[in-house]
Amino acid sequence: MSDTDIIKIINAEKAKKYLDENKRIDGRDFLEYRPLEIKRGVMKSADGSAWVKLGDTEIIAGVKFAVGTPYPDSPDEGSIVVNLEMSGIAASDINTGPPRIDAMEYGRIVDRVIRSSECINFKDLSIVSGEKSFVVFVDCYTMNADGNLIDAAQYAAMAALLDVCIPKLDENNNIVLKEYTDKKLNIDFNKIAVSFTFGKYKDKLFIDPSEVEELGSDSRFTLGVCKNDVVAYHKGGGKGTFKIEEINKIMDIAATKYLEIKNKICDEQ
Amino acid sequence: MAQTKRPDGRALDELRPITIKLGVNKNADGSCFLEWGKNTVIATVNGPKPIFPKHLADSTKAVIDYKYRMASFSVTERKSPVPGKRDKEISLVSGQALESAVMVEQFPNTVIDVNVLILSADAGTRVAALTAASLAAADAGLPMRGLISAVAAGRADGALVLDLDKNDEDTEDAVDMACAFLMPQKELALLQMDGFVDKKDCSKILETALKGAELVYEIQKKALVEKYPMEGDIQ
Repeated sequence: MSDTDIIKIINAEKAKKYLDENKRIDGRDFLEYRPLEIKRGVMKSADGSAWVKLGDTEIIAGVKFAVGTPYPDSPDEGSIVVNLEMSGIAASDINTGPPRIDAMEYGRIVDRVIRSSECINFKDLSIVSGEKSFVVFVDCYTMNADGNLIDAAQYAAMAALLDVCIPKLDENNNIVLKEYTDKKLNIDFNKIAVSFTFGKYKDKLFIDPSEVEELGSDSRFTLGVCKNDVVAYHKGGGKGTFKIEEINKIMDIAATKYLEIKNKICDEQ
Repeated sequence: MAQTKRPDGRALDELRPITIKLGVNKNADGSCFLEWGKNTVIATVNGPKPIFPKHLADSTKAVIDYKYRMASFSVTERKSPVPGKRDKEISLVSGQALESAVMVEQFPNTVIDVNVLILSADAGTRVAALTAASLAAADAGLPMRGLISAVAAGRADGALVLDLDKNDEDTEDAVDMACAFLMPQKELALLQMDGFVDKKDCSKILETALKGAELVYEIQKKALVEKYPMEGDIQ
């Protein structure tokens, strides 16, 4: 254990004390997000990219197209792969190495929220039925980790997908490097889903947990929301449990916050 | 050798524009964001800190754990995030180069983590990475005997050039020599070359590289002074 771990544990205990007194360690309301900034087109080497800053959590998402073989059960569709990377850049107590299990969990949640919202028309990504289709890789790199990487990565991934220009194909249906069509990804703006993550400590629910709050909390709950519909659930973050009423409450809160966040993601910046 | 300008309009001995921002990463002890032409690099330094597992410890000095990685979207065709032999080789030699600048002997039995991520690549990423990493080490407050100022030099289209970009590197007769100098001592801490070139040109390329490194060194010093203003002049 390094010194930073001890400081984090002390701060996590402090965060719990604040929650006991119905306050948050950073002075936020229980249902208040940290300041959110989104910028598109930050990396020219990517086919689409976005940078998200949520409090002190920073994530850069980049999209790359590749040509692959469609899955046998969906010969007319392309596919999407979402990854989340957490290296030593993200935090001093992370070792750069094989993907961490938490990074895999987060990446898969982001993947599910985007996939099951069905906002992307995968039929549009088919090149030759049953033979060739686009595979859209979305790689999210954590630049600074300070809690709630799931939401930050989901917003970054979605904004990067909105930034995409589809690459040109040659006569053999292979990608022409560095050349783009003027076509964007076929995304249905009415179906764009937004993820919301809550921490739970004792009986208290709070949105957008920071790192110390995550460490101090009993469990975490993420849901993907599209207007009044839910596209994904994910309970994680420890042994803590949720009551059905709490899940219902979380759904109601998320629905009221949906438009605000969605507009930020869709805002062309 | 008729040409005096390169396709991007640069003179043969001209660097691409370099911009540096220090202390960009809140979680790291030291960090540097560097844009070098179309290369974008972020480097963080953490430590010295206890080393695990213990058998990796060196009782005479700190171990520098240098990790060079490329983002999957940094290159034209998606690169798998799994580090390949190239990433590992560059990490090893770059770590050793940085070790020549950092006074590692002051911190026995510890590790200094250095992480470099290439966010966008356009040739010369290992030298950009080292340039940024040595600044991140300085930003972390590590005792250093100098900075690593790295730059590539070589040959493109029959001309000896400084700081090859992807265009230069893709020419038929390209010679690419990645050099990292310990500055101001002007000693080579990393040297890698591929191409086919006679001895005379080889020496000339090295001289070009040193001149380039001196330019890089000035830019590095400026960035440090900007972040840590000092009374009076700095030599």
